[in-house]
Amino acid sequence: MAYALCFLLFMIGLYCAAVKKNMVKIVIGIMIMEYAVNLFLIMLGYRSGGQAPIVGRGDIAGAGGKVLDSFINTSVDPLPQALVLTTIVISLGSLALMISICIRTYEKYGTFDITEIRRLKG
Amino acid sequence: MSIPLPVFVAIPLVTAFLLPIFGSFGKKGKAAATLLANLATVGLLVICVGSVGQSRVYEVGRWPIPLGINLVLDGLSSLMLLAVSIVAAAAMLFGVKYMEQYTAKPKYLSLFLLMLAGLVGVTLSGDIFNLFVFLEIASIASYALVGFGCGHEELEASFKYMVLGSIGSLFVLFGIALVYGNTGSLNMAYIAKAIAGTGMNVGLGFALALFIAGFGLKAALVPFHAWLPDAHPSAPAPISAMLSGVLIKVLGIYALARIVFNVFGITTAVGWILVVLGLLSMVVGAFMAIGQWDLKRLLAYSSISQIGYVVLGIGLGGLIIAQAGDRLDPQHLTWASLAILGGLFHLINHAVYKSLLFLTSGSVQMATGTRQLKEMGGLAERMPVTRAACTVASASIVGIPPFSGFWSKLILVIAAVQAGFYWIAAIIVFVSLCTLIMYLKVQRYVFLGELPEKLQQVKESPCSMLVPLVFLACLCVLMGLLLVPSMKDNILAPAVKVLTDGVTYSMSLIN
Amino acid sequence: MHGMTVIVKTISSWVKLLIFLFGIYIVIFGHLTPGGGFAGGVILAASYILLMLAFGREFAEENLSLGWASKLDCAGALLFAAIALCGLFYGGGYFFWNFIQHRYLAGPGHALKLVSAGTIPLANIAIGLKVMASLFLVTLVLSTFRPDRSAKEKE
Repeated sequence: MAYALCFLLFMIGLYCAAVKKNMVKIVIGIMIMEYAVNLFLIMLGYRSGGQAPIVGRGDIAGAGGKVLDSFINTSVDPLPQALVLTTIVISLGSLALMISICIRTYEKYGTFDITEIRRLKG
Repeated sequence: MSIPLPVFVAIPLVTAFLLPIFGSFGKKGKAAATLLANLATVGLLVICVGSVGQSRVYEVGRWPIPLGINLVLDGLSSLMLLAVSIVAAAAMLFGVKYMEQYTAKPKYLSLFLLMLAGLVGVTLSGDIFNLFVFLEIASIASYALVGFGCGHEELEASFKYMVLGSIGSLFVLFGIALVYGNTGSLNMAYIAKAIAGTGMNVGLGFALALFIAGFGLKAALVPFHAWLPDAHPSAPAPISAMLSGVLIKVLGIYALARIVFNVFGITTAVGWILVVLGLLSMVVGAFMAIGQWDLKRLLAYSSISQIGYVVLGIGLGGLIIAQAGDRLDPQHLTWASLAILGGLFHLINHAVYKSLLFLTSGSVQMATGTRQLKEMGGLAERMPVTRAACTVASASIVGIPPFSGFWSKLILVIAAVQAGFYWIAAIIVFVSLCTLIMYLKVQRYVFLGELPEKLQQVKESPCSMLVPLVFLACLCVLMGLLLVPSMKDNILAPAVKVLTDGVTYSMSLIN
Repeated sequence: MHGMTVIVKTISSWVKLLIFLFGIYIVIFGHLTPGGGFAGGVILAASYILLMLAFGREFAEENLSLGWASKLDCAGALLFAAIALCGLFYGGGYFFWNFIQHRYLAGPGHALKLVSAGTIPLANIAIGLKVMASLFLVTLVLSTFRPDRSAKEKE
């Protein structure tokens, strides 16, 4: 059920990027899509009743020798969290590039409207 | 001695970060930076040629396979690496004099090397998320390079390319998330084993559709091609050569072929989808190209058409394998191998001659200052070497006998006829006729005819720009020799075998 | 770009040091607590951005100029590559092999201390340096937007 809402958020972002005319709104649409995909990735790793995947001193003392077994049985999946960190960094670089192109386009054309900056046709 | 696989990625990446330090020291520093960048691409070419035909798996950090990331070099990867390094070395050498028209040259070199590192990383990756990270590195570097001149057209083209490219990457990421949720692993060999064990369900089917859409956007197949005719003309000429020559092939077709053949396993539905997309691209690209009056825009539409050939070849091979199903007899296997051989041979041929065409258009643009066909004419006597290179490339792309393009188109037609798809063979021949028309137009308007008065001062390009043109033109002639059986068994046949073996190849990597 | 009022300037001149220290803490303890290279690098960059917002762009540029930030950026990346290459030379040919862990720190007595986990803290420091320099450069360069230039284009 929660996955369907993630997909709905992805579709909202896709609608925004496809239909809007202001360049900044298109960029915001792409950011909403990235947010939806990151949320989907994190929710994949969730285990109901799970704990954060960090092992501290108390865990080592409490579990005796079997730290790895108790970690596997109780924690949420840490791999999607690492994937999401990487994806956030990539989207940061992409966002910086998009915004700088918007700024340069505003300096050249004087407007953010994409229907007015159509010089390439055919 | 076998070179560790991360060295292929590390050479362009480390050089990309060394260059800005050199570039801040003034003119001598800039010359040193250019020299270093050229050495890096030539070095990459040398080790890629040396690694043809080998097949290795490398575990980064000595973590065993399901836990860590691994890099895989096999027949298909070494073929793509050969194409990437040849085009990159030629484009980098061409850019030494060509990029004097633009400012901020060390940044251009760094971005070019980052894009090259991303391409090599995609080719070598054996892990699906690693492929996504390097795909993003290459894509973001190319978005910046398309808009490098910061003129009106470049910014508009770059924005359009960036929006569509980001949407494509997000489709791919969503697909990766769905695959991870359904199979529990990110390693391509383990995913193949899991899918072969449990079969396709709704989630995996949706993931496959998302992969086709996302990689189709990167490869500019026809419903998703809207960014290519704007991005390729506006980019500087060496970047157009890299984009059209290797980027759309590695990020689009190679990644799609890996996922569809080696991870998911080909089915008739997916085979038909690839064949239909290939046919649409061929026909639409050819028709739109004939009516263009801008030289580079015509070449960009012609790229869409030729990529259609490659996808058609690979899709046809997959379709034959999928239709035979479990009763795969040797005759069907030879038909499928022939179709895939035609597709892959056309891929590497197109990389060489399309990049040669874009580099010659860059020479013409630098000499005359314009890209419109109606304003040029009669350049044959002023620029003889450029004219010869352009004629060789045009003859190759049209398919005239001793040049390489003829052989790959012939193989595709023979494969289509043998498998019984006569209508596909007819469409291939028809689109070749359209290609002939459009390149006759290019030759007549650019090189033949009379020299207008504005262009009386035109001279031949400087020597460093002519060397890559001559190198690529010689390759166009010599690539026909790749079909000689001894060379074919070393270079092309392993690549074809990787794709026809499909899922069994990836499962053999685990054992 | 102008600075802000006196209250903001005074408070931010005290707070920016604390933010910088907190960022260093998150980078160095990245192998024990959540955080690591990227998150710590963003916090380090945030301290410089606070400086830029409170005092004006020219003051921040005198503090850490464009050329120096670019060199720090490249130095971070080259340090990371050097750590990877050390695994190649010392460990028998594997990139990123955790040679410090396997050679000097193997054994159960070293878990959960600051000096543990081999090359991971060094990689965190390299990434933190790079991210800080990159984010500061991006914000500095994007803030040169001059609206009067675009108005002149319209005429």
